[in-house]
Formats: sequence, structure tokens, C-alpha cells
Amino acid sequence: MSVNENKPYEPKIIAFCCNWCSYGGADLAGTNRLSYPANVKIVRVPCSCRVNPQFILRAFQRGADGVIVCGCHPGDCHYSTGNFHTRRRMALLFSMLNFLGVESARTRVEWVSAAEGARFKSVMDSFVADITKLGPNRRLEDIRCKEN
Amino acid sequence: MIYQAALADLDQILSLINGAEKVYIPAETAQGEANFTEYKPGLKLSTKLNTLRSAKDFFFPQIQPLAKFRREGKKIEIIDHRKESEDFVIFGARACDVRSFKVLDNVFLADPVDTNYQTRREHATVVTLACTRPAETCFCGSFDIDAAKPADGDARAWITGDSFYIEPLTEKGEKLVGYAKDVLKEGGEDKVEEQVEKTRTILAKLPLAELKPVDNREKELELFNSPKWAELSSHCLGCGACTFVCPTCQCFDINDFDSGHGIERYRCWDSCMYNDFTLMAAGTPRLTQKERFRQRFMHKLVYYPIKNDGMYSCVGCGRCLKKCPIQMNIVKVMKTLEEDA
Amino acid sequence: MQGELIKRACELLEDGTVNRVLGWQKGQFVYDITPAVFTSVEDVKEHFVYNDFCADNLSKYLIKESEKEGKVLVFLKPCDTYSFNQLQTEYKIKRENVYIIGIESYGKVDVEKLRQRGIEGITDIENVNGTLKVSTIYGEEQVPAYEVMLNRCLTCKSKKHVVYDELVGEDGEVVADSGRFDMVEKLEKMTAEERFNFWRGELSRCIRCNACRNVCPACTCEKCVFDNPNSGTQNRGARDSFEENMFHIIRAYHVAGRCTDCGECSRVCPENIPLHLLNRKFIRDINEFYGEFQAGEEVGQMSPVAAYTEHNDVEPSIVQKGGAE
Repeated sequence: MSVNENKPYEPKIIAFCCNWCSYGGADLAGTNRLSYPANVKIVRVPCSCRVNPQFILRAFQRGADGVIVCGCHPGDCHYSTGNFHTRRRMALLFSMLNFLGVESARTRVEWVSAAEGARFKSVMDSFVADITKLGPNRRLEDIRCKEN
Repeated sequence: MIYQAALADLDQILSLINGAEKVYIPAETAQGEANFTEYKPGLKLSTKLNTLRSAKDFFFPQIQPLAKFRREGKKIEIIDHRKESEDFVIFGARACDVRSFKVLDNVFLADPVDTNYQTRREHATVVTLACTRPAETCFCGSFDIDAAKPADGDARAWITGDSFYIEPLTEKGEKLVGYAKDVLKEGGEDKVEEQVEKTRTILAKLPLAELKPVDNREKELELFNSPKWAELSSHCLGCGACTFVCPTCQCFDINDFDSGHGIERYRCWDSCMYNDFTLMAAGTPRLTQKERFRQRFMHKLVYYPIKNDGMYSCVGCGRCLKKCPIQMNIVKVMKTLEEDA
Repeated sequence: MQGELIKRACELLEDGTVNRVLGWQKGQFVYDITPAVFTSVEDVKEHFVYNDFCADNLSKYLIKESEKEGKVLVFLKPCDTYSFNQLQTEYKIKRENVYIIGIESYGKVDVEKLRQRGIEGITDIENVNGTLKVSTIYGEEQVPAYEVMLNRCLTCKSKKHVVYDELVGEDGEVVADSGRFDMVEKLEKMTAEERFNFWRGELSRCIRCNACRNVCPACTCEKCVFDNPNSGTQNRGARDSFEENMFHIIRAYHVAGRCTDCGECSRVCPENIPLHLLNRKFIRDINEFYGEFQAGEEVGQMSPVAAYTEHNDVEPSIVQKGGAE
């Protein structure tokens, strides 16, 4: 594969979406014909707290330029408390990544309910815009995975 | 033939050599340790006794890509990473480290020859720097290594006061001295001998000067079954610090990494201290830390000598004495086994 | 103090309170001290040592020792007692099988620091009222002990024993102004790029010997993900800068909320990487986000990483606001 110099930069985004809310939100965006950027690849997880910090690191390793974790709004978790754990875990992880010099805008947590198709779209739009501005992930990349 | 120059001219000598081949010298790091660094004019040779990492990295790096596999349809393409090494110079390795190359040679240059190792070895010129201030952790003398007048390497060098002396030992060494012949003058034998004597007096005073390995080749099984291993290994943490700083540890593992575009095959140092060392489908043959610990020291002091005419797989550099988190090391093992013998 | 400890160890062995002693064993030099278990009075008298170089956190060994039959006597410095409590909280230590003698500690000496000053050939070191008299084969040197202390002791968080059965020496206080977060704060004030370069410089030296992991009293997994060939993250040596980062982030993250800041990771690192800074960053964040928390202060504490509050927790977006970019 040859890199086309003239092609605008298209970031790769991984979105971890919880099965009960955010994935439903994405679905609703789809049925409402609200288009969100094709850069976003969704990984469906049973609950946002299923996202192990290693998932996020591995997403970056495998070529993601940004990783976003989406779950139910705090208090609305299908499993009652899952996203409370997500909130703490991700706050600490993101802070550590930031401490190691990784741009903090590359990671994000957003709460999107199954009824918020429009919000899902706007969240993804803004995240993709942020990452496009940041450019390719260089600080947490694995060059072996970037070769063609 | 010994050549001499003022120590102040060392930078010029290195520059001249560097003009022909890449040179690596021990230089001080920001952390106050010494490590081999690619020479650039002005880079100062460290006065530290030894480098933190051993010199084996030059020939047997921690990580070495071996091959890459790529699949297109039904075809598998194999990309061989091996390539001929360029000539380079290791300047200022200590006698212990240079002897370790011989230990490694017996493994990597024996049939089947390790070509990755071979090409680097053949293209390297090694200048051994005699020690003048050995430390209490040094025990190279136990393995018949003369730190005052090194016998190994392509050339040996001395630094005394404000003078520098170098004596080529092989053709490669002659060639190397030839690069700097404008700066080097013949002579200085008496000064070198003086320094050698001085260093030998210090070496004799070292706390581990009396340590001598016992030839245990006949007693392989007896030592293997010695009850002492349990006690010696009882507090070993099972980390690999000793094996990774060791200049003679040569175990490696070969792994595949799936990069999504293909497979990268690489080899990396392995440590017999790890619980997944030589892990097989049936599990590991060494179930507890005792067996792993025993493996390391039996290999160095018994198995290796059996296969290599009594040569030990330890050169007495003392790195493990400095770096073991719990200060358990080969000297303690040798002393304990001695009581048994 | 060594004499006192030996006396008490012998007494407790003789009256049957304990059947073995976990302590430190003399080496061939004054400083190369190994943790050891002593089973007899003679053994203790002959080999037991306590001096400026007994830095090992013996709590880690109690995971295995306290499983064995009978009571074991252990000597714990203030910092080690925090690890003990934390391990007990995690049900890793059987408290009833351990008899703890708390010992006061004014900090341990780092031999590496002596070497970095060019002091080689050490044959003896004597501490005379805070001055180290170092005998070497090249002559005598004098160094103030505080100048060559382990980094972790220079920023000691507490001289208080949080658990003990008896004390030898005085119990101290928690050190309020330890300054242990100074370096973390300094790094936070840097730009992201400076921080990145700082950590590349440090972590790229890692040789993946796993000493930091194996010595850590909080690292008690039966099988580490980095050793598990089925985890997909197994690696023996970092082939790429990513793998260096990955190991150290996960190592520190997995002990976040459980790390007592004992500093063993940095002490044992053969490459002198300041690994404790990663742990301290988590501790500092936890303190700031979820309120002051010191792991191991009491038995039965809930780790802030496992806990939550419904309405007051900060959002992960706080990271965007804090820390220089």
C-alpha cells in the first residue's frame, strides 16, 4: 500500500461502547440517519467497566490515534455501579498517560444513553475533530504495527 | 610492540580511529553510571571501573529481529533480517568482559554457527583496557583473568597518570593502531610494567582474591542433589537482574509478534530465573525457584565447564554482586558449595 | 541495635513464642545483606545482622512464610509495616502466624551512591553519629550518611509503625512535609513533550529484568499478564518503546491504591530508573481526586480504585484541565 501524500489525514478512532446505552445510542444515530465519521470503529463491551486499561493501551499499539470509552450516564448503569468504576479507573489511567507525555485529548470518556443518538453523533464528531487536529499518535505507537 | 601517547591525545586517537570505523567507548550517563556509547569527538572515556550493562550487547543484543513473514493470498514471503555487520571498534572494555566473548564464542560459534553473532564478532575490533582501580566486587583473578595485563582482545591498553599506552595483539589490533600512527609513538614498556605491578599488588589485596572455583566436573550429580540449594535460593525473588547484567549469560527465547501486517520473529534474552523459562506444552521442568536458581549456577560452574574443557561461564566482573536486589550471588554460591566439596 | 534485636530474637525462639526468625543475614562485605530465615539461636547469633544496609522490605516474604506452620518473628521498619497491613487487608498474610518487632529506622544507605562518588574497593563502613567512615583498599573516606541515603529514605513518608507486637527503639510520627511529591509536581509542570522525553530517557533503559515487579509487596499475582503466553501481552524484552511504556504503566496501575510507597521498586532497579514516580503519581492523583489515602495505614481499608461515590467523583475529563500540555 502506498501512502498518498495528497490525501487528508484520517485518524483511526476506537470507541468502546457499552451494550446497554452507548451502543444503543450509536444504533439510534444509525436509524435516525445521523451520520458520524467513518473513522470511528466501535467495540461493543457489556459495560464500560469491562474496559481494562490494557485495552486502551493495546488499541493505541494497534494503530489507534484516539480512544474513547462510552457508557451509560452515571446512575443509569445496567449493572447499577459499573460506570462508577469506569469513571475512577479512567480518570487515573488518563492522568497517568498524560503524566507520561501522551496528549490528554487522545483519550476521553463520554456518557451516552440509548436515547441520545444525536449526542452520540456530536460526541464522535467533536472527538474526531480533536484527534484530526492532534495528528497521528506518535507517543504511544508501536512502529511494528504501523508498517505496511 | 607498545605504543604511547599523552592521555590528552586520546580524543585525537579515537577521532582518527573513528574516521575509519565506528567506535564505542564507555562514557558516563546522566545517571552517573558508565555505558558503551558511540564515540563522537569530545566524548570522554569514563573513568568508572566498568559499564553498567555488559559488553555482550554488541554481539548478542537483548532484542534481535530475526525474520519477518508476510502473507499475500496463498504466498508467504519471508524477509531475512540478517545482514553483514560493518567494521566497528569496542574501545575500553575490561579484561573480564573481553574474556566473556570467549565464553559466548563457545556457544554461538559452535555448530550450528549463529550467523547473527558471527558477523558482528568478525567485524569487531576489541581494545581491552587494563584496570588500575579494581573494586571489592572484582574476582576475575579467580578465573585466571589478568586485569592488570589483559591477555584477550585485539589490542590492550593502559592509562596511567597522564599517559596512554596501547599494544596490538592481533592483526586487527595492528590495523587499528595504524589508523592513529601519527599520534602514537613506540616505547613505554617499562612504564607499563610498572603499572602492571602496581595493579597486581592491589588485585592481591582484594577481599575476593583468594576465591578459587573448585573443579566440580566429576561431582555433577552430587552437587545437583546438594541440600544447600534450598537455603541458597530460599529468598531469591525470581527476577532476571543477575542474568541480564551478566556478560556470560547466553540464554534466549524466540518469539513471534503478530503486527497485524505479518509476523515479526525476534529473539530476546531469557532468564533461567523466570518461572516460564523453557516452558513446554507439558509445563515447566523446573517447578520451584530452587530448581531455577540451581540451573543458573550449575550451568555456570558445572555444566558449562563439562562441555568446554573446564572453562567456567563466569568472568568475575562483579555485576551480579552489585545488582542483585537481595544480594545473593555467585560468590556466595561458590563459597557454600566449596564447604560441600 | 543489632545486639538488642539478636537478644530478643533468641529469647522469643527459646520461650517458644516463635519457631523461626525472618531477618537479615551477613554477607561477605559489610553491605551485601540477604534476607534469611533463622531457625536456631546459634544461627541467629552467628549470622543475624542489622545495620545501615538492611533495606529489604521483609513483608513480601511473609506471604509465603506466614503460610507455614508455627509463628515467625519478623523485624519491620516503619515503611515495611504499611506493606504488612496492606497485605493483610488483601488476605495475603496470616496475622496470627506472625510476631512483629517494629524497629526504628533513620534511613538506609545506598552503596550505589557511594560508588557514584568514586568510592570503590569498600572493605568496611562504620556509621559514627551519622558520618560514614568508609574504609577502602585505596584509603579512608568520610561521607555524611544523609548524603548517600536511598532516595526513598530522603523522602520518608512516615517513621510511625502502623502495626507491631513490640517495639525496639522509639516509634516516630508521620512525616508531614516529606516532599515526596516534589518530583511528580515538577514533572506535571513540564510540557507534555518534556515529560514524554523525560520518560523515554528513563524507560528506554529498562532491561525488563522484572526486579521491580518481583520485589514489590503489592505485586502478588500468581501469574502476571506479562508472563502469561495466553494474555497476548506477554513479553520478555521490549521490542518497541510501546512495550516499555505498557509494562511500566500496567505495573504501576495494577498496584494503584494498594501501593504503600515503600520504594522497593526504585531501590532494586539495576538501571536506576525512578519507578516510584509512577506510583507516586497515582498516589497523588488518588489523594487529589478522592481524598487523602495512605494504603496500609489500617487493616481493612477500601482501595479508592475499587471504591466509588455516586455523585462526587471527578470526571475523567479532569485530566484535560490539569497538567501542562
